[in-house]
Amino acid sequence: MFIAADKSPPSFKDFTLVMPAVAVGNVGQLAVDLIVSTLNMNRVGYIHTDCLIPMAGNNPYATCKEDAEEMHTPGEVYTAPELKLAVLQIRAPIIQTKSKKFRQLIMSWIKASGFSRTVVLSSSHAYQRDDRQMEGVPLRYLITPSLLKVSADALKELGWREMERVPAFPGLTDANMEQRLCIPGGGITKGLYTDSCSEDLPLAVLLLFCSEGDNIPDAFTLVNHLNDWLHLLDNPGQEPNKWKIPTSWSLLFGSGIPPALF
Amino acid sequence: MATFFGEVLSAYSRAVEEEEDDEDLEENEEDEQIRRELEEKREVHLHWRPEVSESLRSGNKLQCSDFVLAVGHNAARFLSVYVLTSANWDTVGHASVWNERSRAVTGQTNEESACIFYRHKDNPSVVICQVTCYIAEDQLFQWTEKVFDCLQHRELNVTVLSDSSVADYKTADYLCTSSAPFLRSIHTGTFSGQPVCQALEQPNIITGLPAAVLNHCQVHRIATVVYQCYSDVIGPDSVTMETYKPALTKLGKSIQVDCSPSTDILRKFVKTTDIQSNLYI
Repeated sequence: MFIAADKSPPSFKDFTLVMPAVAVGNVGQLAVDLIVSTLNMNRVGYIHTDCLIPMAGNNPYATCKEDAEEMHTPGEVYTAPELKLAVLQIRAPIIQTKSKKFRQLIMSWIKASGFSRTVVLSSSHAYQRDDRQMEGVPLRYLITPSLLKVSADALKELGWREMERVPAFPGLTDANMEQRLCIPGGGITKGLYTDSCSEDLPLAVLLLFCSEGDNIPDAFTLVNHLNDWLHLLDNPGQEPNKWKIPTSWSLLFGSGIPPALF
Repeated sequence: MATFFGEVLSAYSRAVEEEEDDEDLEENEEDEQIRRELEEKREVHLHWRPEVSESLRSGNKLQCSDFVLAVGHNAARFLSVYVLTSANWDTVGHASVWNERSRAVTGQTNEESACIFYRHKDNPSVVICQVTCYIAEDQLFQWTEKVFDCLQHRELNVTVLSDSSVADYKTADYLCTSSAPFLRSIHTGTFSGQPVCQALEQPNIITGLPAAVLNHCQVHRIATVVYQCYSDVIGPDSVTMETYKPALTKLGKSIQVDCSPSTDILRKFVKTTDIQSNLYI
């Protein structure tokens, strides 16, 4: 559940919530790291639950020696009140048997907090794209009916493609085949989306097709698309957005190599 | 995923397991019963001495000002050799934890010796716990909640000693690892003391039981510090054990650390490697 970091619990009324799904390439989580790091957001609380694998580390967004020793947990909430933005960062995998419980926890927290809309950043296996999906921009969106009412125009202007439905049994040529939503490698993304539809929550999903590897460019791509919609960074002119890479993004592929190895 | 030569490999993700669409399917009663029984078997159970159980049942938590938790064989043996041999400690309880890695050892209740709580005879508000068994990911939270539910939280100070392999330590400077074993610390927001070693640098993280304890103590504002010892020796090792000495100096008044234990005691706790694993002596 949500536990405030300070004695006075923060108000999230009418805030936009951005949260990642733990998905292929960890793209959503990397994108959220960029948002927190660039906007210098403050931690206002924790999501303390038995659904996430425990982990702890010192400040991943440290800028100087003084703030480097602040401890961080696997589920934390940050805010930028001037932008009416709240961000949930999830740093650990969801325990396999607790995936549904975690979804329910997040849904009830979203409802209780009064967020005006939620955006889930996610990703899906690139190798499972069908022919249509292999062309064009690898970005897809999903939106619940209640948020579509408000954001239809913005989405039309952005020209994004909605995530395609695929036949339930690919290969069978029955024309009356049932089409369903499939997000391979997306973790709880599909569950969150379908639950939000049935509970009438204003929620959107932004996902990128990608593969495991160096997913930093994917994170930049996803966060830039998000910025096109939410305008988190004010950037007059056509310069590329300046996202700040956090200090925790070092040694992503292991320690330094001893030269004696060669 | 197809490779250059045309064979198809299944790609997997570091982040997610394959989607479990069947999670939402209705289970039949028998499956559900099996699942429930398995869940019950994996529950963490705390067994206290009768007077402690009695006290807890009547709503009084264990009075505790200092709680020292040792996770891992070297951390646990450090406490056995340098602290517990003074015979000023009573066993007050143990935790039983079963998971797929628990091995049944004939003639010994393995569970009992794997997670034991001790209390100082003269100063009963100092509690020590040694954990040498593997606690699975889904049991960590439960273990932590159940144990801390028994301890009173006001002005509680927690110190965790934890073993780790230097192979898990990430650093740009490879030479750093030749100074193993070494300590790194991480503490909660309410910890006001001075750690006895360097802070754990990014991008290193703590996992397992020490992480579960840190998470719990951070959200419940309990002053806690974890000292992680990175060692290049897999088994029990006296040099690694000695590395923990500075961690308990702050508690010097409450816990007497025997600075130079006799070789007999050391020999008793640092047993030689098992015959079947002498490939890498």
